[in-house]
Amino acid sequence: MTEVLVYVDHAGGAVRKPTLELLTLARRIGEPVAVHLGPGAETAAPVLAEHGAVKVLAADAGEFADYLIAPKVDALQAAYVAVSPAAVLVPSSAEGKEIAARLAVRIGSGLITDAVDLEPGAEGPIATQSVFAAAFTTRSRVTHGTPVITVKPNAAPVEPAPAAGTLEPLAVTIAEASKGTKVLSRTPRESTGRPELTEAALVVAGGRGVGGTEHFGLIEALADALGAAVGASRAAVDAGWYPHFHQVGQAGKTVSPQLYLAAGISGAIQHRAGMQASKTIVAVNKDPEAPIFELVDHGVVGDLFQVLPQAIEEIKARRG
Amino acid sequence: MKYVPDATGDRHFAQDLTVDRGDVDGLLSELDEYAVEQALQIAEAADDAEITVLTVGPADARDALRKALSMGADQAVHVEDDALHGTDALGTSLVLAKALEQVGFDLVVCGMASTDGTMGVLPALLAEHLGVPQVTLLSEVSVADGVVTGRRDGDAATEQLQAQLPAVVSVTDQSGEARYPSFKGIMAAKKKPVTSLNLSDVGIAAHQVGLAGAWTTVESVAERPARTAGTIVTDEGEGGRQLAAFLAGQKFL
Repeated sequence: MTEVLVYVDHAGGAVRKPTLELLTLARRIGEPVAVHLGPGAETAAPVLAEHGAVKVLAADAGEFADYLIAPKVDALQAAYVAVSPAAVLVPSSAEGKEIAARLAVRIGSGLITDAVDLEPGAEGPIATQSVFAAAFTTRSRVTHGTPVITVKPNAAPVEPAPAAGTLEPLAVTIAEASKGTKVLSRTPRESTGRPELTEAALVVAGGRGVGGTEHFGLIEALADALGAAVGASRAAVDAGWYPHFHQVGQAGKTVSPQLYLAAGISGAIQHRAGMQASKTIVAVNKDPEAPIFELVDHGVVGDLFQVLPQAIEEIKARRG
Repeated sequence: MKYVPDATGDRHFAQDLTVDRGDVDGLLSELDEYAVEQALQIAEAADDAEITVLTVGPADARDALRKALSMGADQAVHVEDDALHGTDALGTSLVLAKALEQVGFDLVVCGMASTDGTMGVLPALLAEHLGVPQVTLLSEVSVADGVVTGRRDGDAATEQLQAQLPAVVSVTDQSGEARYPSFKGIMAAKKKPVTSLNLSDVGIAAHQVGLAGAWTTVESVAERPARTAGTIVTDEGEGGRQLAAFLAGQKFL
């Protein structure tokens, strides 16, 4: 039976949602074999099994944390050699893409990044990508070697599909050459308690119109009323009102949630590049000429300091 | 660095489903400006450093090189060959790696991603081909005594990284405002050497690159249908409630 390697993105064994989406996609082309690197495999394995993994190959080595990326490539390569998969799927995180790219070189395979959909094809899996600030969709295929494909969050609804998920150790030798970049220290990102921006189904974002750090509380309040992630435009981040980690746009993150609500964001092309593929777009802006209004399903021309509080109250009332 | 179609212009595909790089306004990819800036700062802090800017691209890519030279880079190398048309990222990385080996380097500085392909994998691919450490996605970088150190603000954590030179580094837009070329810089750039190399100069055969040599193929391209215009209301005291009603109607509540 054709097996598909799926690289597991997790925090100490807590599997992140995009990996579960990957398992769902992997099932379209074969039987998923998950590769779990680092601690927490016992915690992750049942979750991976629930979502289709027939096997979970696990390896934990100090080098994964102590050196940047390359040891993980060694391990994924070992899994590739052990399994001879029909494809290798990796989540499109920054790290995921670098791991996938280096693996592709080592195994002599073509690479497709940032797929938003995956379907089986007669000559190999076909990946759909959204390009040029979502102006075009392309369908592409790897033509040489085992397809290595990275997949963006929100590419597919997660489907439970219980499978064996047998936990097996993966033997890995870390090459000396993989220890070139030492991690001197690591400070984990503080959890905000809100959904992560690139994975969230709903996003509320604030821009220049928000006017200051303290006013971002209003954006957060609306996000919390909806159970959404918080985003920020480049203008807001450059002004120091919100962390760069939440920046949406060409120089920040690209998101394609079910709902993107932009408040005080004019909608310059660099911003649109990061959110144009969102399913439903809503904007609130004082300026009726703001380019963002060209994109909206619903737009409100008005003062966000009036509109948002009223919206929050109404949302809470409706939710009861 | 990469010469890319201007995102504010009309970016589109050619008949052979490659990105049309001929008929469009192009410029130095904005994210590469940060790389040039950091290279300049590293060179300024060092005693005897020289900056070469390198690109693989069509004839017009020269403009990107000129921009970098006017910012202060010392010389430029342009790998240009008709057979490169349609080369994918893996192919491009191979060409760049060969060119880098030829030119020689202690440090390769890249932007975090191009603004057209937006893959963000080239620096990692270069490190793999060249067999040197990758120190990528840095919001801060410095070099001293043959060691490069930097801060990587990743998705899950912030990491302080360190590697011995030679190494490949990439920097983000957080690494520091890129300088504008001065008039003096623009004038000086005209006299700086730009070396042109073709595929055989870098020891690559045509079959390794180009559309035919690519390990991926684009089967089809579709223009996204224009979004149907939505409703736009002016807030006259009910804007917030109308907004909530819309969200409820769309089942977001």
